[in-house]
Amino acid sequence: MEANLDAMASPGAFKEDSPYRKALRAFVKNKVAFPSFVFLVGIVLATTFAGVLTPYDPYQGNIANRLQPVGASGHLLGTDEQGRDMLTRILYGGRLTLLAGFVPVVVSSLIGGTLGLAAGYFGGWLNTVIMRTLDIFYAFPAVILSLGISAALGQGMTNIIIAITIVFIPPVARVTETAVKRIRGREFIEAARSSGAGHLSIIRYQVVPNVFPQVFVFATTKISLGIVIAAGLSFLGLGVNPPTPEWGIMLNNIKQMIFVKPVLTIVPGIFLFLTSLTINLCSDGVSDAMQIKA
Amino acid sequence: MDDSNTILEVSHISKTFRSKNIFGRTTSEVSAVNDVSFRLQKQRTFGIVGESGCGKSTLARLVLRLIEADGGRVMYQGHNLLALGGEELRKLRRDIQMVFQDPFSSLNPSMTLLDNVAFPLWVNGTSKQDGRIAAHRYLEAVGIPRSSAERYPQSLSGGQRQRVAIARALVLEPKIVIADEAVSALDKSIQAQALNLFHELQQDFRLSMIFISHDLHVVELMSDTVMVMYLGMVVEVASVEDVYAQPYHPYTQALFKSTPSMDVTHKKLDGFKLSGELPSPLNPPSGCRFRTRCPMAMETCAEHMPELIEVGDGHTVACHLYGEADVARRAI
Repeated sequence: MEANLDAMASPGAFKEDSPYRKALRAFVKNKVAFPSFVFLVGIVLATTFAGVLTPYDPYQGNIANRLQPVGASGHLLGTDEQGRDMLTRILYGGRLTLLAGFVPVVVSSLIGGTLGLAAGYFGGWLNTVIMRTLDIFYAFPAVILSLGISAALGQGMTNIIIAITIVFIPPVARVTETAVKRIRGREFIEAARSSGAGHLSIIRYQVVPNVFPQVFVFATTKISLGIVIAAGLSFLGLGVNPPTPEWGIMLNNIKQMIFVKPVLTIVPGIFLFLTSLTINLCSDGVSDAMQIKA
Repeated sequence: MDDSNTILEVSHISKTFRSKNIFGRTTSEVSAVNDVSFRLQKQRTFGIVGESGCGKSTLARLVLRLIEADGGRVMYQGHNLLALGGEELRKLRRDIQMVFQDPFSSLNPSMTLLDNVAFPLWVNGTSKQDGRIAAHRYLEAVGIPRSSAERYPQSLSGGQRQRVAIARALVLEPKIVIADEAVSALDKSIQAQALNLFHELQQDFRLSMIFISHDLHVVELMSDTVMVMYLGMVVEVASVEDVYAQPYHPYTQALFKSTPSMDVTHKKLDGFKLSGELPSPLNPPSGCRFRTRCPMAMETCAEHMPELIEVGDGHTVACHLYGEADVARRAI
């Protein structure tokens, strides 16, 4: 039987890497994304181990030592208006800011992903109910909506995280729904159905693995937006109470010194900028590595 | 036709697709399959031919209940598949598997070839390990060696993918395989190999097959009995010898005359060509659906839908030209 089947014949013999392993290799080779990723990991580790890294207390300052310039001896990034070490407060404050970027993305991906999956897979009235309800949220720009929600919920970092989560659910759901709908029409879904597979195993083995990369890439593009919105809401006073350090409120507190020590006032901003920039570069790298258009 | 030899009997199956507006009112209807009946004999191949959009693929999906039929019966092992539900349906449906048209869409790109083939076993309760062992066997049976079973579909050609799809259809040890345009997407040279593979597997696994194609040569090669469809309706059913030698229905005759010949000395398509476009199934012609393009249309064709009439042994035609059973064949 084999003899006359040569042209269709056997693909060359080797064990192929899984798509994820291939993507990982491409990501590590990326000359922009991978260094960005290393930088990000550095920031995350530095904020996590802030207590070990800095000798100063983020709450206790020496008023006589206030507004030391960037590069002052003993204070690498200077001191703030109350004489507290800026780098120390940046590191401690980064914990909350990063948390407010990552947590809403993770939670909204789970909720929005599930909604989009259900809507896209089952279609019909369920799709109409879910997707049209979520469309209501599109009437408001993300920043305004999160501002409104967190203002309604009241001050506090938890409420900011809830607000950003709610804002991120509709876009994640929409991306998931579109991806699921496209996979749903493929013949391997029909093949799975005719082999007797139930909805749950079709979703788990045939649908989710094929939409996950797309939803994952989309979610990564939202992390930096989450951080910026969180810092923005906190800047407006909807986040933590002083003296708790957080990048947004630090930016607010030190802004009065813009004519006295202009360089000092942009330090928290620089960190916000670098973090969200590197996150975006990583996200681009992930999308290239997985060969997905975000 | 002997009843004891029939493995699958489809009777009076119909499907109309309705598009509804948001208030649930029907805005348009497409009659995709209209009152189709046929019998599949054990270990024989039943060919279905027709132009694109004539309802061949819908018919296959109705039999498998990938699409729910509006009415009719599909009798298999004494059960009406269309009336079953739950566990009983699952068990019987294992016996009927399908090979799909598009090899680029019929395999799950996130699974290895092996897992693609093993998946039907997993969902039927086989352990991961045992499923993979069985999948290896079937991949080897279609000519994919053990060493490349861990590859992903993306790195395979269309022909190789179609082999994997065939292995997946066979892994549940079905009695019936429905091949829906299973070789249409392949190159001519590879088509021949795929057809040979189907032939061999049919022998080895004692399969009964429904072979759907728009390609008359392919159907001629593969089938024992052929059913010709036009716009969702059966126009002619006969053994492959009869239908190719002596087509009765004007549509069947026209269809065969419009096939390009493989004979190089024979340059032109001879004789009659079908005029006009295939009418929209949204609004099919009254009476006989072929009458708008039929060179022999009569008044009665617009008024009555022709019934299937037996014109020879196992040869039935739905055409008003053959009103009485003993009317001679009329060539167009």
